[in-house]
Amino acid sequence: MSVMTDTVLLNAKIPPGPLEDKWDNHKASVKLVSPANKRKYTIIVVGTGLAGASAAASLAELGYNVLNFCIQDSPRRAHSVAAQGGINAAKNYQNDGDSVFRLFYDTIKGGDYRAREANVYRLAQLSVQIIDQAVAQGVPFAREYGGYLANRSFGGAQVSRTFYARGQTGQQLLLGAYSALMRQVDAGRVKLLPRREMLDLVIIDGRARGIICRNLVTGELEAYAADAVCLATGGYSTVFFLSTNAVNSNATAIWRAYKKGAMFGNPCFTQIHPTCLPESYQGQSKLTLMSESLRNDGRVWVPKKKGDTRPPNEIPEDERDYFLERRYPAFGNLVPRDIASRAAKAVCDAGFGVGSTGRAVYLDFADAIKRLGVDVIRERYGNLFAMYHEITGEDPYKVPMRIYPAPHYTMGGLWVDYNLMTTIPGLYALGEANFSDHGANRLGASALMQGLADGYFIIPVTIGDFLAEHRPDGLKADHPAFKEVIRNVEDNVKRLLSINGKRTVREYWWELGRIMWDNVGMSRNAEGLKKAISDIRALREEYWQNVRVPGSAEDLNKSLELAGRVADFLELGELMARDALDREESCGGHFREEYQTPNGEALRRDDLFCHVSVWEYKGEGNDPVRHKEPLVFEVVKPSQRSYK
Amino acid sequence: MAMKYHLRIWRQAGPDEPGRFEDYTVDNIEPDMSFLEMLDILNEQLTKEGKEPVAFDSDCREGICGMCGLVIDGMAHGPRRLTTTCELRMRHFPDGATITVEPFRADAFPVLKDLVVDRSAFDRIIAAGGYISVNTGSAPDANAIPIPKPIAEEAMDAAACIGCGACVAACPNASAALFTAAKISHLALLPQGHPERERRVQRMVAQMDLEGFGNCSNHGECEAACPKGISILNIARMRREFIRANTRGSAV
Repeated sequence: MSVMTDTVLLNAKIPPGPLEDKWDNHKASVKLVSPANKRKYTIIVVGTGLAGASAAASLAELGYNVLNFCIQDSPRRAHSVAAQGGINAAKNYQNDGDSVFRLFYDTIKGGDYRAREANVYRLAQLSVQIIDQAVAQGVPFAREYGGYLANRSFGGAQVSRTFYARGQTGQQLLLGAYSALMRQVDAGRVKLLPRREMLDLVIIDGRARGIICRNLVTGELEAYAADAVCLATGGYSTVFFLSTNAVNSNATAIWRAYKKGAMFGNPCFTQIHPTCLPESYQGQSKLTLMSESLRNDGRVWVPKKKGDTRPPNEIPEDERDYFLERRYPAFGNLVPRDIASRAAKAVCDAGFGVGSTGRAVYLDFADAIKRLGVDVIRERYGNLFAMYHEITGEDPYKVPMRIYPAPHYTMGGLWVDYNLMTTIPGLYALGEANFSDHGANRLGASALMQGLADGYFIIPVTIGDFLAEHRPDGLKADHPAFKEVIRNVEDNVKRLLSINGKRTVREYWWELGRIMWDNVGMSRNAEGLKKAISDIRALREEYWQNVRVPGSAEDLNKSLELAGRVADFLELGELMARDALDREESCGGHFREEYQTPNGEALRRDDLFCHVSVWEYKGEGNDPVRHKEPLVFEVVKPSQRSYK
Repeated sequence: MAMKYHLRIWRQAGPDEPGRFEDYTVDNIEPDMSFLEMLDILNEQLTKEGKEPVAFDSDCREGICGMCGLVIDGMAHGPRRLTTTCELRMRHFPDGATITVEPFRADAFPVLKDLVVDRSAFDRIIAAGGYISVNTGSAPDANAIPIPKPIAEEAMDAAACIGCGACVAACPNASAALFTAAKISHLALLPQGHPERERRVQRMVAQMDLEGFGNCSNHGECEAACPKGISILNIARMRREFIRANTRGSAV
């Protein structure tokens, strides 16, 4: 493998032809598995979020046997459920000039020209079918009085292409995918395995052939064999400890796959969401997201005077700095997430922040309430306002919200080709788990779109191309390769339990989160990144000497689950810092302080960094190797993003 | 302002082990802290003391995944209306209070460990018919069927169920009627759900009974405990659907 060049190693398999024909051409040329043969294949799908549930359901509908795993007690709990704002689709129902091309263009531009054109175009094409599918499943999207679907504009888009179900779009889309999945469970084509955590991948003859899971109730290690494995296990924002993600969200499945040879794309590309509740007390376990849709009507400001401690309502209009409207008059409060987040950080760093910690800005609805009336605002955001009120004890109808950016989404993930296959044959990555179509920054309402495009429409086509070439061979999980991997997993579990040190898993996780947030967060520089790398290494070393994991391996043990995840975060965090150090430019959510324009905007360096950074694991104690997949722009011309 | 609480928590080693209450004290609790964050602190304390932490389920910690659920002072998800356990803040408990914490109790929700219960019966109820049979790719244009806004809103009200099981825990009969009815209502209200409405209600109700949930006798505790405000009108609709299916519909 080491003698191969990057281009051989990283063939993205982009189909030939004009951009708008590539997916159709590909569908016309992929190999097919005959209907009678599909039932002879078994496919493992790990994860039951939008990508996992839609993939498992759609593959089962085609006739494959599917084994579907999740760490929660029910597939319906996967963290896609928490997405609030909406899902984009180029339906152009509003007649406002939207099109597949425009959604494609906005996504490429929003991602700061660090995504593949062909993938993003396909995503925009499929967006239209996703809405059709969801509505047919009974997803109760918002409607107009005429009975037709309603849309809103969302996070940095100048057209209204976002479909939504109140503030619970992720929940409703997930319940749609979950219902499709449960229909296949009922039909006997999906075997559901909840409360299972994938702890390793099994590779036989260079191909992904199964997984090892821990049964989270009994503690037993279980082996499952298959003809292909799909990882749809989500992102890794919880590496920051405090994030908007669920407390069980983790990187373990993709990280163990990375260590088995699946290369990792752009690990440093993380999204810090601008509208979250600020950190305010010790012991806080998450930063709750307030939907970005709030920026449609809320105005973001800080006092013009440093350290102004007056209550917000007592600060007169001319003493407020509406800094997004001032800096970006064309887009105002609706600039993309990375830009809004950085601007908030900048004003707080400069001493204008509000709240007890000075790490917050106001999001004010007074003008919108005056203009539209309180009823309209309640109809649009009632549940979000209630949530804010319940958490903070403050009424946002009367007092501006206090918000601050928080880790939210990871654009990085396992590298995949156009077929969503990783560098391990037969191993696929779907949804947030792959390095995906969002480049260096994801636009709002695009995560749901990508997860469902991958699961409903892409994997069912592309997996057949691989399986048709690999006849079912009746592999069973008692093959010696499984036993060996189980032994390794078992040793790892035993080792964690035997350390019996002085500090809890959570303390290490929290400390890693601090290192990551301070140095690999919203803005980064070489010195901080180098410090992060050495600090993480030291922390990791200490972890394996001094962590205390209570309980046993033989039953339900949440501390043990977390201990394995944090051990992986302690490795992944270093790779993220390394990737951020290596990428000597600013793009999207990756802001290197050394590379900015005179007025503080991200400065891309297309001559040097117009590529995907793809990292290859080289064994414990060895540095990983960075490969490049060059990004070629044939249709759009990369330019400096301007939202002024 | 840091507060102190005395906790009486249900501990149970496994499904077939006897359970008991144990007493703990936690200190330095902030008013803005959530109930589960308070338990996180207890668990850190127990770990440091060399004891086994209290097992409890949670995931999103923002009230939408439905994974958390505790009976707090006798109330499913605690004393606040329209609030999940993870959203419940400690400012609602007076400093120095003694708080009793138990799992969601029902025959159909066996305790797995401490406060963790098995709610897979809910998944089996959904698998029995809580879906519209539409294969991926066969959907018509999304605007092909206009749906009156009030109907769409009513369907959304029912679809907002997070499947936490508080309705079961609150019901003196441990009935799953509200959960089952919410899904039946959601799909029965929408035109897309009509082709399968008879089969759906018959199969889902049969599965609900099979799982060992009790019958609904109109106490209304479920609605009061529901963190998403799902109305018991849905149960009335489920009954109408059931009668309708049994008088004119196809057999299961």
